[in-house]
Amino acid sequence: MPFIELANVDLVYGAAAQDAASRTLAVSSASLTIEHGEFLAIVGPSGCGKSTLLKLISGLVRPSRGTVTVDGKEVLQPLKTVGMAFQNATLLPWRNIRDNVMLPLEIVEPYRSRQKIDRDKHREAADVLLEKVGLSGFGDRMPWQLSGGMQQRAQLCRALIHEPSILLLDEPFAALDTFTREELWAVLQDLWSFRKCTVILVTHELREAVYLAQTVHVMSARPGRILKTSVIDIPRPRTLECTFEPGFVDLVHDLRHHISLGKQP
Amino acid sequence: MTPKLQERLAPWVTTLVLIAAWWLFIRLFDIKSFILPTPWETLQAIYKFRYPLFVHGMSTLATTLIGFVAAVVFGMALGILVGSSRLAYSGIYPLLIGFNSVPKAALVPVFVIWFGAGTIPAVCTAFMLSFFPVVANVATAFATIEPELFEVMNSLGATRWDITRKIGIPRSLPFFFASLKISVTLAFVGSVIAEIVAGNSGIGNVMLVASSNFNVPLVFAALVVVGVLGVGMYAIFDFFERRMTAWSIRGGDAQVQAIGG
Repeated sequence: MPFIELANVDLVYGAAAQDAASRTLAVSSASLTIEHGEFLAIVGPSGCGKSTLLKLISGLVRPSRGTVTVDGKEVLQPLKTVGMAFQNATLLPWRNIRDNVMLPLEIVEPYRSRQKIDRDKHREAADVLLEKVGLSGFGDRMPWQLSGGMQQRAQLCRALIHEPSILLLDEPFAALDTFTREELWAVLQDLWSFRKCTVILVTHELREAVYLAQTVHVMSARPGRILKTSVIDIPRPRTLECTFEPGFVDLVHDLRHHISLGKQP
Repeated sequence: MTPKLQERLAPWVTTLVLIAAWWLFIRLFDIKSFILPTPWETLQAIYKFRYPLFVHGMSTLATTLIGFVAAVVFGMALGILVGSSRLAYSGIYPLLIGFNSVPKAALVPVFVIWFGAGTIPAVCTAFMLSFFPVVANVATAFATIEPELFEVMNSLGATRWDITRKIGIPRSLPFFFASLKISVTLAFVGSVIAEIVAGNSGIGNVMLVASSNFNVPLVFAALVVVGVLGVGMYAIFDFFERRMTAWSIRGGDAQVQAIGG
């Protein structure tokens, strides 16, 4: 049985509205299965409901039709075993980087009730993660003292500190310059091989999707449907060099082709 | 002179300029002391009436602070409620605006009917005048939390109280302190108005008695005392604001501007 399953999921925003004009069909009969430990990417034109798909999986919104199942149970309320990261780093400006990373440990059980006893252990776990993303020594800095790329690294640590089984990434690198972005691809690949959680990455950067994911799903323009699924079998660890090889470039071209097909009404 | 020193001296220089202009104005137009006393006469009045001014000043300060503290507690609670719930916002905010538009001086006689002349109407007026900026600012801070932060917190299974405690309150602190600085000066306005209309003690009462005796220098002395008290309280909150919300100030150039008043 797959770890995460979406079966014929529709999502209508503003479903309660009387007039049809203020109702928007964001996602239309999406079906998707995701295995344990899989790295999956969803690509598509902007506004196609990619982010909505993440909210459906995390239980932040409920589907209008169809079911979302995670680990054999239907998702009826927000899951508590999810890590999330967004385009904006959304770090809390009044906390230093380490305390920002440790935020989930103050919320999620069993860490929450052991906060006082395990304080040192938690700090250590945060520092280990910060070191993994190349931020060792920055734990005591305040967020505004860090560059955008560094803030994103810290955000990834915050998303992973409570060892979630699912990591949901909503265009986490979209606001970064190309060099920083490519550096962070490698960081994310490392983190994934270190933690082995299930990762769902939403992006509009096709090279990013092919570099990182095992499976790439292409979504159409709104209402979002899944048009195509590509399996990426480039061996790991992948490097920036890989992105210039013909096989890689072909995959990117193929995805681009399907996206432009999906844009046509 | 370094820019830092200039900045520190600036308020004193402007005060001196104002006093000089005041004095010059009287000299140029030859204004009588029972119309507008000179700065020197005002200073003499402050010295001459130092004991009553001190006693009544302390009374006004106490009245003001009681009303102000009540306004802060009430304002913070209401601000959290209004800022975190859209229903509460649409239900309560128009009422608050309407309430805030009522001239508070007009309420003093009503308070006197309810509670009798004395301290209680002054406390009530100070409260009425000063709670709105706190509500408006705290509500704004809560209502403008980034939606992504809610998603992060909700996906961790955070309760409403978790979100309020970990994000809402710390995030609202700069707004809160900014509003305190406005509120405390408004609280002085409230208590002094009530003391003038229906007090038997306090700086407002001193002003009323002095003006009925045509002792205009004493009226001005009392005004100076209120002004100094207001600036003093402002400075105290400014100090706490800088210490507790240093994260929001960065290089010292960006500061949260409070709304309301």
